[in-house]
Amino acid sequence: MIEQIDLSLVNWARATFALTAMYHWIFVPLTLGLSFLCAFFESIYVRTGNEEWKKLTKFWMTLFGINFAIGVATGIILEFEFGTNWSNYSWMVGDIFGAPLAIEGIFAFFIEATFFAVMFFGWDRVTKKMHLFSTWMVAVGSNLSALWILVANGWMQSPIGMKFNPDTARFEMQDLWSVISSRVAISHFTHATSSGFLLASLFVVAVSCWFLLKNRHSLFAKRSIAVACVFGLLSSLFVAFTGDEHAFITARTQPMKLAAMEALWEGKEPTGLIAVGLVNPDKKPGDEQDPFEFSIEIPGMLTLLAHRRFEGVVPGINDLTFGNEKLQIEGVAEKIRRGRVAVASLGDYKAARKSGDAVAAERSLKIFNQNQDYLGYGYLDSVEQAVPSVPITFYAFRTMVSLGTLFILMFLVFLYLSAKNKLEDYPLILKFGVLSVFLGYVASQAGWVVTEVGRQPWAIQGMLPVTVARSNLDSGTVAVTFFLFLFLFTALLIAEIKIMAKQISLGPEGGKS
Amino acid sequence: MFNKAFHLYYDGFRSMALGRTLWKLVLIKLFIMFAILKTFFFPDFLATNFSTDAERADYVLQNLTRIESDSNR
Repeated sequence: MIEQIDLSLVNWARATFALTAMYHWIFVPLTLGLSFLCAFFESIYVRTGNEEWKKLTKFWMTLFGINFAIGVATGIILEFEFGTNWSNYSWMVGDIFGAPLAIEGIFAFFIEATFFAVMFFGWDRVTKKMHLFSTWMVAVGSNLSALWILVANGWMQSPIGMKFNPDTARFEMQDLWSVISSRVAISHFTHATSSGFLLASLFVVAVSCWFLLKNRHSLFAKRSIAVACVFGLLSSLFVAFTGDEHAFITARTQPMKLAAMEALWEGKEPTGLIAVGLVNPDKKPGDEQDPFEFSIEIPGMLTLLAHRRFEGVVPGINDLTFGNEKLQIEGVAEKIRRGRVAVASLGDYKAARKSGDAVAAERSLKIFNQNQDYLGYGYLDSVEQAVPSVPITFYAFRTMVSLGTLFILMFLVFLYLSAKNKLEDYPLILKFGVLSVFLGYVASQAGWVVTEVGRQPWAIQGMLPVTVARSNLDSGTVAVTFFLFLFLFTALLIAEIKIMAKQISLGPEGGKS
Repeated sequence: MFNKAFHLYYDGFRSMALGRTLWKLVLIKLFIMFAILKTFFFPDFLATNFSTDAERADYVLQNLTRIESDSNR
């Protein structure tokens, strides 16, 4: 069946979505984190009454405004793509996504229309406390606004609180609260937003280090670094904590993703975590090839990550693909068999309804209900198709974790030097500080690569593969839109960098916002 | 109160400097997104090709089940 689907269409649609999402995620994390940093800076100003802190707050607020203006509405393109490239998916999840996205829209509108205006226009028009309250509301609101889209994404990774309606072909919401409060959704939200805080802290450090290297606005830069490093250190520790929680949940909801993250082919007890490794890209499920060209393993660590104790097996890709009786794991072949029963009975139900045969319809529906949890597997052609790209997931995970660890060390070093007032004595460290924001973006994007590549082939985990989620379009049309977006987003990025660079070079004394 | 709120926005917009450039950019971007991309490149596939929800549901169900019969299962 997979051969009959135009794979180039699916891949172009995937590439377009990935491109759009990755560009969108350049702007979003900076908004999430910088909004809080502005609130911290302004809180210090209100508390001390020192006009230098006001100037400092206004400078970072201007950069926040630039990033917000360039990034605003870039996410809407993702929604365009749902309707055009992923129409089957879009139709099926409309009922689930409608509520969170509508709440996000309303929320964002009210916050932007009221508190943004006070934050940017109200400096000399409202009281200090009212202005500070508005800045905090922008920070809290922007982050809460991100909650809803991350709830939707969390649902795709672990669909709960819904029921598939075979008459309308839609997943219908049964329990909104369980969708919002699912551990996957909460873990996505906390991990993604805190990574935004980390990235924004790196941004403030990078710009401030640049000022110090240029010997400009030294006091301003040092003050900014001190606040950003405290926030960055706390955020990076929280990112590590939520990442651990994320892995623990992934072990339960998406064990194949965890196995791919670790290039773990055979489960063993206890299972080690690969600290450094070079994966064999040719390895396939069930073959006898070595999984690694080279690797260094920390014994028992993966078991600890997945079970929070040193006993227990973490299933490998082969266990999950071919099944493992001892571990009571159902293999993909059996899931495919039941999935095909679900697909066939759905077809029979539809035909019986059309012909008005109520008895046959009821019989088919009963069979469908017994097998509907395997629906997505019915569209797979072979067990291997249930395995995501191991090298991409493995390397992206290592990139994210190693950079995350590096940032913790970096913030500690910067805090120490900041406390000793010796930052300017170490120009190499300052240069690394400038570079760190780019590394932050690499880590942040790598995190999303793990999340999204690691869950392939699913658009909705276990229920709908991407090959069925797509629209019946000409792949050439989708390819054209890919390059259109590449052009548009690159232009926006260049605009952001140019405006931002100009504003930074003007410094805290420069220009009206 | 209403007067104060009105002047907050009115004076705020009037006194913008960098904000003017940013607003122009936002408007150009929204124009490209909605007037060009949405209209010419991103029509809603189901809304364009079908006029009722029942037809759309039928089409999606057909996709969900046709794949099965295509592969002769």
